[in-house]
Amino acid sequence: MVPFDFTYHQPSSIHEAIQLFQTLQQQGKKPMYYAGGTEIITLSRLHLVFTDAVIDIKQIPECQVLDIQQQQLVLGAGVSLTTIEEANPFPLLTKTASEVADRTARNQITLGGNICGQIFYREAVLPLLLADSEVVIAGKDGVQQRSIHQVFQQHMQLQPGEFLIQVKTEQTYLSLPYAHIKRRKQGEVGYPLVTVAALKKDGQLRVAFSGVCPFPFRSQAVEERLNQQLPVNTRIDEALQHLPRPILDDIEGSAQYRLFVLKHTLFDIITELEGE
Amino acid sequence: MATTQQCEMLLTVNGEAHSVIARPADTLLFVLRNKLRLTGAKPGCLNGDCGACTVLIDGGPIKSCMMLAIETVGKTITTIEGLKHSPIQQAFVEHFAFQCGYCTPGFIMNAHALTEKYPDASDDVIQEWLESNICRCTSYREIEQAVKSVLLKKHRND
Ligand SMILES: Cc1cc2nc3c(=O)[nH]c(=O)nc-3n(C[C@H](O)[C@H](O)[C@H](O)COP(=O)(O)OP(=O)(O)OC[C@H]3O[C@@H](n4cnc5c(N)ncnc54)[C@H](O)[C@@H]3O)c2cc1C
Ligand code: FES
Ligand code: FES
Repeated sequence: MVPFDFTYHQPSSIHEAIQLFQTLQQQGKKPMYYAGGTEIITLSRLHLVFTDAVIDIKQIPECQVLDIQQQQLVLGAGVSLTTIEEANPFPLLTKTASEVADRTARNQITLGGNICGQIFYREAVLPLLLADSEVVIAGKDGVQQRSIHQVFQQHMQLQPGEFLIQVKTEQTYLSLPYAHIKRRKQGEVGYPLVTVAALKKDGQLRVAFSGVCPFPFRSQAVEERLNQQLPVNTRIDEALQHLPRPILDDIEGSAQYRLFVLKHTLFDIITELEGE
Repeated sequence: MATTQQCEMLLTVNGEAHSVIARPADTLLFVLRNKLRLTGAKPGCLNGDCGACTVLIDGGPIKSCMMLAIETVGKTITTIEGLKHSPIQQAFVEHFAFQCGYCTPGFIMNAHALTEKYPDASDDVIQEWLESNICRCTSYREIEQAVKSVLLKKHRND
């Protein structure tokens, strides 16, 4: 039960959505873009989100695209994670998405909602960071395409009124060798203790993490250490020295335990991608 | 389309059209239970974790505690009340796939969608789908057997 009222708006174009946001804001409202609604509804109940107007972006045609266009995979922000899994255009993304929440929840959770959400795991962003994807963003100044590395720094750095329309990924990345391991505190469903996703490009490992810090990340310093010509365990020990801080230390697992699990997970990832 | 605090929504539930006055902020679970008196979908965690509130939207399972009723205008909603003598209901009885029964409507809706969509579902697919629901009485084994028996019967009839 959402403990406050909001108005519901369903624009059918990007322009209409942007206009709506501005008009509602001018009326003194706190509008919010709405996709799967899973986070907005569950966090509202806990008084961790407040809005008095939601703008549902799912009817905007550009947000529902799932296609290869000009050698790029184009994924609309409003596409559900199960739709992406079933189409399977990018196997690493399929694997990552298929481990978020549970099957039924993923019928609702959208790619854009997972990446733009407050809940800080945002696991679907990992493959996109590894594949140097581009994000298409709409705002009052029009539609812009930017590198995900510019826009996603710990979280999506969107200006008020901006929203994510699409994610574009060069086709050459889609079939690269990959590995993905999600380790949870217990069971097969739920938030990660640590999630590691990796791609191998031109003989070099690219690695991205969720659950290690209170934000997902890919780090050049970590990748440099992991790609050294040294024994695997030395490379991992050195890489762990270069993790961003803070390391998560919460009810899911202490910082020390997460680092222990991460060390073994990295070993498994490297073994999988490099062989014994 | 913009709406004020209470508005009229036309919902198609179990093949019947219903005009409902509700808040745009009302979840589908709330509207089904409190406005339409369809109490089959159960409130459990209200947090997307347990699956007790599962219903079908256009044939696919969703957790109705995490969806707004207003989002389902123009779609077909099926609740446990709309399933009549379906193979999965029969199989739950035959395999004693419940104890207290609180989770049962949610499991049945999810399993019904699974058996309709994937008549050839592998063990991995069955597990992946059933993991969306929690049974506090731990009837998991019997539920899995019920699902598999429906899939087997579908194959025999092919
Ligand atoms: C039961 C459950 C289990 C979960 N497990 C996991 C997990 O294992 N791993 C994980 O990573 N996450 C997990 N989550 C978090 C889940 O991914 C978030 O709830 C996610 O935000 C949901 O996406 P949505 O489409 O429902 O977003 P919404 O609830 O609609 O929106 C979430 C936020 O994103 C913003 N937003 C949505 N779309 C856009 C857009 N296109 N542009 C700009 N802003 C936008 C909204 O304004 C809002 O702030 C879980 C959630 C639940 C309910
Ligand atoms: S009540 Fe909806 S998932 Fe638990
Ligand atoms: S039968 Fe009691 S919760 Fe499942």
